[in-house]
Amino acid sequence: MFGKLTIEALPFYSPIAAGGAAVTVGGALLVAVVLTYLKAWKYLWTDWLTSVDHKRIGVMYIVLALIMLLRGFVDALMMRAQQAMALNSGGYLPPEHFDQIFSSHGTIMIFFMAMPFMTGLINVIVPLQIGTRDVAFPWLNAVSLWLSAAGAALVMVSLVIGKFSTAGWTGYPPYSGIEYNPGVGVDYWIWAILISGVGSTMSGINFIVTILKRRAPGMTLMRMTPFVWTALVASVLMAFAFPAITVACGLLALDRLAGMHFFTNAHGGNMMNYVNLFWIWGHPEVYILILPAFGIFSEVVSTFSRKRLFGYESLVYATAAIGILSFTVWLHHFFTMGSSAGVNAFFGVMTMIIAVPTGVKVFNWLLTMYRGRIEFHPSMMWSIGFIVTFVIGGMTGVLLAIPPADFLMHNTTFLVAHFHNMIIPGVLFGYLAGYMYWFPKAFGFAFNRGWGLGAFWCWIIGFYLAFMPLYLLGLKGMPRRMETYNDPTWQPYLLVAASGALVVLCGIGCMVMQLYASLRDRNKTRDLTGDPFDGRTLEWSTSSPPPPYNFAVIPTVGDREAFLEMKEKGVAYQRPARYEAIRIPSNTPIGVIVGAFAFVLGFAMVWHIWWLVLASGAVVFAAVIVRSSNDDQEFTMSAAEVKAIEDERFRLMGSRS
Amino acid sequence: MSIAHMSEHEREEIETHEQRALGFWLYLMGDAVIFALLFATYAIMIPGTDGGPTGKQLFDLNNAAIETGLLLVSSMTFGFASLQVKAGNRGAVLAWLATTFVLGAAFVFLEVREFAGMIEQGAGPDRSGFLSAFFTLVGTHGVHVTMGLIWIVVLGAQVALKGLTMPVASRLHRLGLFWHFLDIAWVGIFSIVYLPGLL
Repeated sequence: MFGKLTIEALPFYSPIAAGGAAVTVGGALLVAVVLTYLKAWKYLWTDWLTSVDHKRIGVMYIVLALIMLLRGFVDALMMRAQQAMALNSGGYLPPEHFDQIFSSHGTIMIFFMAMPFMTGLINVIVPLQIGTRDVAFPWLNAVSLWLSAAGAALVMVSLVIGKFSTAGWTGYPPYSGIEYNPGVGVDYWIWAILISGVGSTMSGINFIVTILKRRAPGMTLMRMTPFVWTALVASVLMAFAFPAITVACGLLALDRLAGMHFFTNAHGGNMMNYVNLFWIWGHPEVYILILPAFGIFSEVVSTFSRKRLFGYESLVYATAAIGILSFTVWLHHFFTMGSSAGVNAFFGVMTMIIAVPTGVKVFNWLLTMYRGRIEFHPSMMWSIGFIVTFVIGGMTGVLLAIPPADFLMHNTTFLVAHFHNMIIPGVLFGYLAGYMYWFPKAFGFAFNRGWGLGAFWCWIIGFYLAFMPLYLLGLKGMPRRMETYNDPTWQPYLLVAASGALVVLCGIGCMVMQLYASLRDRNKTRDLTGDPFDGRTLEWSTSSPPPPYNFAVIPTVGDREAFLEMKEKGVAYQRPARYEAIRIPSNTPIGVIVGAFAFVLGFAMVWHIWWLVLASGAVVFAAVIVRSSNDDQEFTMSAAEVKAIEDERFRLMGSRS
Repeated sequence: MSIAHMSEHEREEIETHEQRALGFWLYLMGDAVIFALLFATYAIMIPGTDGGPTGKQLFDLNNAAIETGLLLVSSMTFGFASLQVKAGNRGAVLAWLATTFVLGAAFVFLEVREFAGMIEQGAGPDRSGFLSAFFTLVGTHGVHVTMGLIWIVVLGAQVALKGLTMPVASRLHRLGLFWHFLDIAWVGIFSIVYLPGLL
């Protein structure tokens, strides 16, 4: 009846694990109590959970990302604490628990923090920047969101029921195979990734069609903003790289469930094939995450330097070149596999080549700032901090691209320091820059500046303290993922790294305070113009927050910096002679239903509850068929309603001046 | 009817159809990546028989040839259905869809029979890496065909109930893309799995 699931699955075997479970359950209950107290369930359901509006979906993605950032960061703190104290002792975490923590940290930060954060920002901003009313497939967009949430929920549930994987975020066989890992941990990891991966593939397709087919008249490809360009290339990578991880995890699942021999030690299996399949997705994934961040930096640097972006064309070509090259470097993740010198040399050279277009972009940003009138908005601080820090990470990457050097540093903390040095400044700083830049657009009031600056300084100082020691430790030969060690010369470095994690904790505290302070002051800091930063691109031409239809009249674009041009010509904020009715996609609960039952499906697969697999699979299937047979998925907002909303906007705008 | 004479609503419907067609093409290309990786995995696992049966001992060219014939003809009959959609002939569309369904179902039946026969001989997917790759590659294609059959039923019902409206015709167009795509994938399977396995 319940497959492998018994009462033993509850984490009463260890006080730390039980504590983690209690925090998870308590957190969920607290949210439920607060919602009930505020009587917000109905509002939440009708206005948010069932919404197919790209702006709301984007905000929900970002909320998911921030929650998972907290969870992933707690994992990081626990690892730093363990390594700081585990000299010649077991520290406070048993090995099996420590292994779960580094596995969930990587899984969460890549799949359930970075991916939703990026997808959320693209969702909120790209349709506004290209001057359209929604993405191409609004309902599919909701399904993507809820599949991502289902995957994240599976990872969270593994804290309470059963255990998470101990096989690292990459899940290499044969260790992740059924022979060495008979528990449910690896299955949680597989199904979380498979389910959310389907969502990401569909998001990629959705954004490609949106950007290619729904741009406002006059917006040629070379008039798209840098963020739209990077979102387009990242979406192409999503659509074509995610199938690879679906295959890798799918085959691993078949090995584990059906006794197949794709990646087993014996019976004709080939475990290195897994590593290839995984990184055929994994390397493009790095660029999926980082390209949109590059786009955000481009927008922010241009806006807050009050200058047109320097070398726009070169930035576009560099982005496209990175998109193609990103499929030609995957083997550098496993030079030590034992390929021939020729193969390793090829991938080493390709890896060095891909650094070139990235270098081009650094000069785009620097020369945009050169002689600009720079305003040190928090978003600009993230961008400057990124440029300085990212260049260091880039150079250690080129160092690792040399196969003989990689043989020495492979799987040491030097590598850990390198990829955190790319992903924290490159990806996370970029998303936080975008989060602080576009917050007023999404919510209609200012985002607190002081706490934002505080968050920046804590994050960047904490980052250097936490990861520079790991470079040195790697050069001294410390392997990654050590639960305990006996070299006393390592400990001082690990103590510094732990202090860095505490400084980052202060940064996260500042982010929480920033949200609180901004909400508290919202009535004093309303953004009535919709254009708080003297913006250059179309998203600033509409109100903050934008109405459900984004633009009452679809704008006609005459320049790359479309809105700046309108303002200069004095045609911004022009009202039409009369408004027209607008068709808007209707809300539907089917997205949430698909996500909820996909979660049940994953849970049932993990615990081998086969009847539930069939039942939940049937519900998902039926929901999709019902929705896709429905011809009437829109409602009409009448011209009078549109006019009322626009009248109110212009009244507020006038009341300010 | 020229573009100038279309109503706003008709123009929107055509745009929607075009966007969905492009989206579906992109999905198919992603699916092609899945097949490409399964083909590559199969190719490197051919030697991994673990002392068990090889393709030469297991594959039956007659069966594979009949399967190929069924699927290729079903692609043709789907093409006839598409022509009848353009002609607006509801009865003929239903008849050709039914024919396509029967051919596809026969294909799935033969594949399931082949799989069952192999498992009976002790040559199931858990026997060796080679057989895991064979069952997964060919089975993934078979699952796709089965999904296509369900989709034919759903759209057949829509044609019968709603008629050949613009949204229904648009869905039939995408089903057609899917069905022809499966043909291409099968041609790959025939040429990479069955032919070299037997030669």
